[in-house]
Amino acid sequence: MGKTLFDKVWDAHVVDSIENGPQVLYIDKHLIHEVTSPQAFNELKERGISVARPDKIVATADHNTPTVNQHLPIKDDLSRNQLEQLTKNCKENNITLYELGHENNGIVHVIAPELGITQPGMTMVCGDSHTSTHGAFGTIAFGIGTSQVAQVFASQCLLLQKPKSLRVSVNGKLRNGVLPKDVILYIIAQLGTNSGTGYFCEYAGNVFEEMSMEGRMTVCNMSIEMGARGGMIAPDQTTFDYVEGKEFAPKGVDFDKKVAYWKTLPSDADATFDQEYTFNAEDIEPMLTFGTNPGMGIKISENIPEDNDVSLEKSLSYMNFQKGESLIDKKINYVFIGSCTNSRIEDFREVANYVKGKQKAQNVNAWLVPGSQKVAKQIEEEGLKTVFEAAGFQLRQPGCSACLAMNDDKIPEGEYCVSTSNRNFEGRQGQGSRTILASPLMAAATAVEGKIIDVTKQLN
Amino acid sequence: MEKFVKLIDTAVPLITENVDTDQIIPARFLKATDKKGFGDNVFRDWRFNKDGSVNEDFVLNNKSFKGSILVAGDNFGCGSSREHAAWALAGYGFKVVVSSFFADIFKGNALNNGILPIQVSEEYLKKLLKKVTEEPNTIVTVDLENQEIITAVGTSSFEINPYKKVCMINGYDDIDFLVSKKDKIEAFEASL
Repeated sequence: MGKTLFDKVWDAHVVDSIENGPQVLYIDKHLIHEVTSPQAFNELKERGISVARPDKIVATADHNTPTVNQHLPIKDDLSRNQLEQLTKNCKENNITLYELGHENNGIVHVIAPELGITQPGMTMVCGDSHTSTHGAFGTIAFGIGTSQVAQVFASQCLLLQKPKSLRVSVNGKLRNGVLPKDVILYIIAQLGTNSGTGYFCEYAGNVFEEMSMEGRMTVCNMSIEMGARGGMIAPDQTTFDYVEGKEFAPKGVDFDKKVAYWKTLPSDADATFDQEYTFNAEDIEPMLTFGTNPGMGIKISENIPEDNDVSLEKSLSYMNFQKGESLIDKKINYVFIGSCTNSRIEDFREVANYVKGKQKAQNVNAWLVPGSQKVAKQIEEEGLKTVFEAAGFQLRQPGCSACLAMNDDKIPEGEYCVSTSNRNFEGRQGQGSRTILASPLMAAATAVEGKIIDVTKQLN
Repeated sequence: MEKFVKLIDTAVPLITENVDTDQIIPARFLKATDKKGFGDNVFRDWRFNKDGSVNEDFVLNNKSFKGSILVAGDNFGCGSSREHAAWALAGYGFKVVVSSFFADIFKGNALNNGILPIQVSEEYLKKLLKKVTEEPNTIVTVDLENQEIITAVGTSSFEINPYKKVCMINGYDDIDFLVSKKDKIEAFEASL
């Protein structure tokens, strides 16, 4: 029987198997940040164990970094302390750190791909659920808890039970104005937030094959929102072209050798999956969430469901929405374009393309937060900064920012925010904030109109 | 890690589905650099009103309910990978969480911190939630050795990875095990 992409990468990394138990999986790259690593470093110190493979770890500061005046000392004592701890721990353990101000600094899931650290066929982990992003390269990448961060520090391995396999196929032609974000929000809305639990998901079909690497990262990023440990897309020429020439990518003959191997990774034609779902691209429209989990999403042309469901009612009460209503024309005062889901250069090109020559509505605070210093630089070099400034958008410095509001970028209580981030949980963007997840295009249109509109009506 | 063999206690019912880790411990409390103190902020935004006063409507503030067993709605622990959620639950004193479904990362984090996640059928969960809500003194027995939860609404068996079961019962953790595999790991690296 044939093997899936997931099988091939997993099996190549098994160091040992415990009878009736988990397997010891070797980890190629371990990414760390300031929030989920300090306790793991302490754990090692307490046990008198040293970090096994510091050269396979890359650290960045992102979760609670400020997005203005990054050259100044951080005001918040706790945030500053966490970042100082990271610096100290990395120095003591000989780990590469891209700290605040470094040209490679940015959101962990943005910088690793753009530096060529993320490559097909790898196993990658990070104490962050959106590690699933790197699966866009045909990599097994998943989020881990801090105890597991300590395990990888100690052994460069993890004890894991092999997950089941799931394939989600989307075929056909996407409509005008439908972005990769809409594709994944649609899938999650159709399947629900726990449909992927226990599974590793492969995305297949021409829609993903035709997607850019940035688009694929957006899709894989949100695999965790349907409960899957990770998502993967088979590496192809698009992947190889993206990786080639990146700072840490293999060069010359080494690169060619790697490509030859990477080409063997896609799932065999006769491979079987434990679960399969198939969707038509034509059915997808720009999506919006109305509730308090990413599965509570509707197409822009649809109304909020009218089911009698306690969870639905609880979430609508939090969001102050009514059953059966449309979100079109809802007044919105905050727009956040950023996060590891949608803060790559392609996202900002999309936004700039829409807002060029337009003006932000007066009532809207529109925050644009690049995913990395490199993206920030590209925004400037490509002239997008001029476009944003002319339109009244506020371009900030890189970081996780208002996606989870650990820094000062918080949406005020009771306010709605159309956000390109990945989670609309209660209070996610600040206590009492109300998040509506959407694509960068929908977010840009909201910022310009000051309310939610059906952007496809303008495009067609 | 503390050993876990058998637990007999009362339970706290949390009749909410899809409880995400942002609710168990909101992001603004993740700035600590050790594992202590998270229990004070478990379910912070549900336990306290916006003005900081106690939300009397939330189950943890209802004096009728106490115990180290949390019985929660379907799909508990979804969302962020933050282990702080497990530290917060453990810090507050929970040793067992019962639900009809757990998110993967949360389940792993719980087991790594001595909290036993028990997955029961939706039907059993419904009955149990009703029972412990109506009769807060209901005794719940968790027998890890025999993989059973025993209550007034019946006995339900539950699954646990055999390796993890051994770890829980003996208070072992994965680091000790992985470090003991050093030779195999080095041999694997040499073969790359």
